[in-house]
Amino acid sequence: MKAETKKVLVDPLVDNNPITLQVLGICSALAVTSQMKTSIIMALALTVVVACSSAAISMVRNHIPSSIRIIVQMTIIASLVIVVDQILKAFVYDVSKQLSVFVGLIITNCIVMGRAEAYAMKNPPWDSFVDGIGNGLGYSLILLIVAFFRELLGAGKLFGIEILKLTKDGGWYEPNGLMLLPPSAFFIIGLIIWAFRSWKPAQVESPDYKISAIAHGEGGHH
Amino acid sequence: MSNDNKDQNDPKTAPTASGFSAYKERILALGNDSLEKTIVVALALCLVCAVFVSFSAVGLKPLQIYNKALDMKKNILDVAGLLDADTDIDQAFETQIEAKIVDLKTGDYDDSINVVSFDQRKAAKDPQQNEAIPRKSDIASIKVKSKKAKVYLVKKGGQISSIILPVHGYGLWSTMYGFLALDADGQTVQSISFYDQAETPGLGGEVVNPAWRALWKGKKVYSADSRPVLRLIKGVVDASRPGAEHQIDGLAGATLTSNGVSNLIRYWMGDEGFAPYLNKVRTIKGKGEGV
Repeated sequence: MKAETKKVLVDPLVDNNPITLQVLGICSALAVTSQMKTSIIMALALTVVVACSSAAISMVRNHIPSSIRIIVQMTIIASLVIVVDQILKAFVYDVSKQLSVFVGLIITNCIVMGRAEAYAMKNPPWDSFVDGIGNGLGYSLILLIVAFFRELLGAGKLFGIEILKLTKDGGWYEPNGLMLLPPSAFFIIGLIIWAFRSWKPAQVESPDYKISAIAHGEGGHH
Repeated sequence: MSNDNKDQNDPKTAPTASGFSAYKERILALGNDSLEKTIVVALALCLVCAVFVSFSAVGLKPLQIYNKALDMKKNILDVAGLLDADTDIDQAFETQIEAKIVDLKTGDYDDSINVVSFDQRKAAKDPQQNEAIPRKSDIASIKVKSKKAKVYLVKKGGQISSIILPVHGYGLWSTMYGFLALDADGQTVQSISFYDQAETPGLGGEVVNPAWRALWKGKKVYSADSRPVLRLIKGVVDASRPGAEHQIDGLAGATLTSNGVSNLIRYWMGDEGFAPYLNKVRTIKGKGEGV
């Protein structure tokens, strides 16, 4: 693999992760992560959509009129999402029942639009495809970490298999109900961002404003 | 330029090949912001996407319908207690379950309707087949209901062994659709299952938990004076108290979902629901006749 392609693929995992660094695609990360199984299917669906839509948009990028640029991208993304939704309904019916509306909401997932605008519009199809896979995997990584903690601490299970025996079934573990509710994903994502930025201090943004002493008498007119 | 064929028809198959490819060349050469190109690109894109989407939707439809029907059969077998890990669902359903249409008002079977194609959820939305529920009596918050209902019977040796009734009602977030399986006495609960609900996972969503569903077995729906009194209570049922046979443990942390379940049972087991039908089943059974 070429060094450049590899960079495009690996970069979004940690160094330029769409969720933790770009803080995109948060809403579905909150909604579907109460179980590992739904998270994996969601991650897979999103990765396929980002990769294919980036590739398709990149193929026609030189002929997209700038006045309808966003609509063209949305049309391509929406078509792909519908197809993915149909495929899920046909082949993994019970998972698609659980994901319900969130597959459709991939259309509004900022990662897909973000990659189309930021990368696919300026780069050739293959690179865009790899970029899509990379960003999809970055999203998947965070989704799975969040789902791991939420399902384990909230229900004592992983992939529906009992890991910690719950008190209501005669075990020792009292599940944390908060973990099953969407806000808990906020806490976990926050902790992940903290961990990533402690590990890679380059990700820490410089403050927008600095407090500095001003000479007396200035800034009086507001 | 080969990439850009995506938006255009293949010139080789177009009838006016030379004219078309000349037009294509001209369009591709146009500035991206010209009006003509904007319209052509938009039209071509919509066409390609529409074909793509329609093909996948139409092509996968049979598989989706099959999955949906299979899921429904699985739920019915499950609530009837006939589902094992290695059950052949289609075959078990075919041989052991009999579907019947019931007129809710009279409680009689209606054989004039095709049982296989009748869809009670669709009928509830069809003005020809539904009726509005007066606000006062709409305790399950469902607003309209189908006049006919599709019930399922399991028979053993010619005698009914379970009556499976479709029930639904509003919980906290969603309308919960499920089945309630009763003994042939129309009184003793065998099982309950919800096949379509979107309550909070881990709280209200526990209506699908097998451990909680097992609590329903053997409970009685009607009181001595024939009122539907089965309900969920807060906390855990004390089996030694009188009336425990009409009570089920509430779902922890899900008061509104629990209320929703109580309400839908009260509604569907009441006079507007299946009470007339269950009365008939009991009388026929009392006379010693088969249904």
